[in-house]
Amino acid sequence: MSDHEFAARIAAAKRDGSFAALAEGIPYARFLGFSLRTDAGPDGPDGRGALLGVLAYAQRNIGNAALPALHGGTLAALLELTAMFELLWRADTPKLPKVIGCTIDYLRSAKPQDTFAAAQLVRQGRRVAPLRVLAWQDDRSRPVASATVQFLVG
Amino acid sequence: MNVAFTANVPHNAALGLELVAAAPGDVEIRLPWSPDLVGNPDTGVLHGGAVTSLVDATCGAAVFLAIVPPRPIATLDLRIDHLRQARPHVDVWCRATCERVTTHIAFVRAIAHQGDPTEPVATVAATFMIFREGQVRPDTATPAAEPAT
Repeated sequence: MSDHEFAARIAAAKRDGSFAALAEGIPYARFLGFSLRTDAGPDGPDGRGALLGVLAYAQRNIGNAALPALHGGTLAALLELTAMFELLWRADTPKLPKVIGCTIDYLRSAKPQDTFAAAQLVRQGRRVAPLRVLAWQDDRSRPVASATVQFLVG
Repeated sequence: MNVAFTANVPHNAALGLELVAAAPGDVEIRLPWSPDLVGNPDTGVLHGGAVTSLVDATCGAAVFLAIVPPRPIATLDLRIDHLRQARPHVDVWCRATCERVTTHIAFVRAIAHQGDPTEPVATVAATFMIFREGQVRPDTATPAAEPAT
C-alpha cells in the first residue's frame, strides 16, 4: 500500500465510522486481543470522540502465573497501539507513523482482567510526534502503566 | 530453565520465545517470526510491541539469573529505541545483560538484532524491582526507587 493509499484509507475510516475496525487489520492486535472504541467518552477538542484502546483479558497474556499478572510486554503493546491510533485519529499523517522509541513506567501489577488505555498527543511536529499514554483497569485514577511514545511522521 | 521460562510465563509460550543462551546476568532469547505478530500486513514486519515483549522477557530472565537465591521480580521501567526497521520474515534475537543488582533494584541493558548483533534493530535500558521472598507487588503507588548504593 502506498503512502497515498494509506492516508486515503485512514481518512475514509474517519468519515464512515469504521475507524475502530482498523485495529482488526493488524495481525498482532488480533493476537493480543486489542480493540478500539471511538464511543468511549466526551468529544475531544476537534469534535472527535475520545479514543479508547482495550486489551481483552486472555490467559495467554499472563506474564506471572504465580500472582497472577499480565505480561509487561502486553501492556507495552497496548500503550504503543493506543498511541499510534490516537495519532492517526487526531492528526492527518501522510504515511504510517513509525515508532522511534517508547519509555514505559510500570506502576502497579496488572490483574488478569480487561485493561484500557488512552493517549494524548503532546505535540505534532512535521517530523516527530510524541504521545503520552496511560493504561488502567478498574479505576482510571489508578493506572497500571504509563508511557511516552515518539513517532516519526514525516 | 527453558521449561520454567515458558511454563510459568504463558505469554512467553504464546510468543514462541526460545532460550538460546543463559548465564548468570546474561541471557539471549529468540523470537521466531510469525504471521500472527506482524504489525504491517503489507510489509510482514513484526510489530514493535512483539519486540518489546521479547526484550522485557529477556531483561527479566537476565535479572532473575543474576539473583541468588531467586526472588520475585517485576519490570519497573523500560525504554526501547528502534534504531532501524526490522526486516520482514526474519526472527529477532535479544541479548540482555544485568549490569548491577542492589537490594531492591536491578539495572539491565539489552539489544535486539536479526542475526548481526553489531547492527541492532533496537537498544534497551530497563530497571526491575526485586521483592523479598513471599512479598508480592503492593497494589499501591510504586515505591520510589532507592538510590543505587
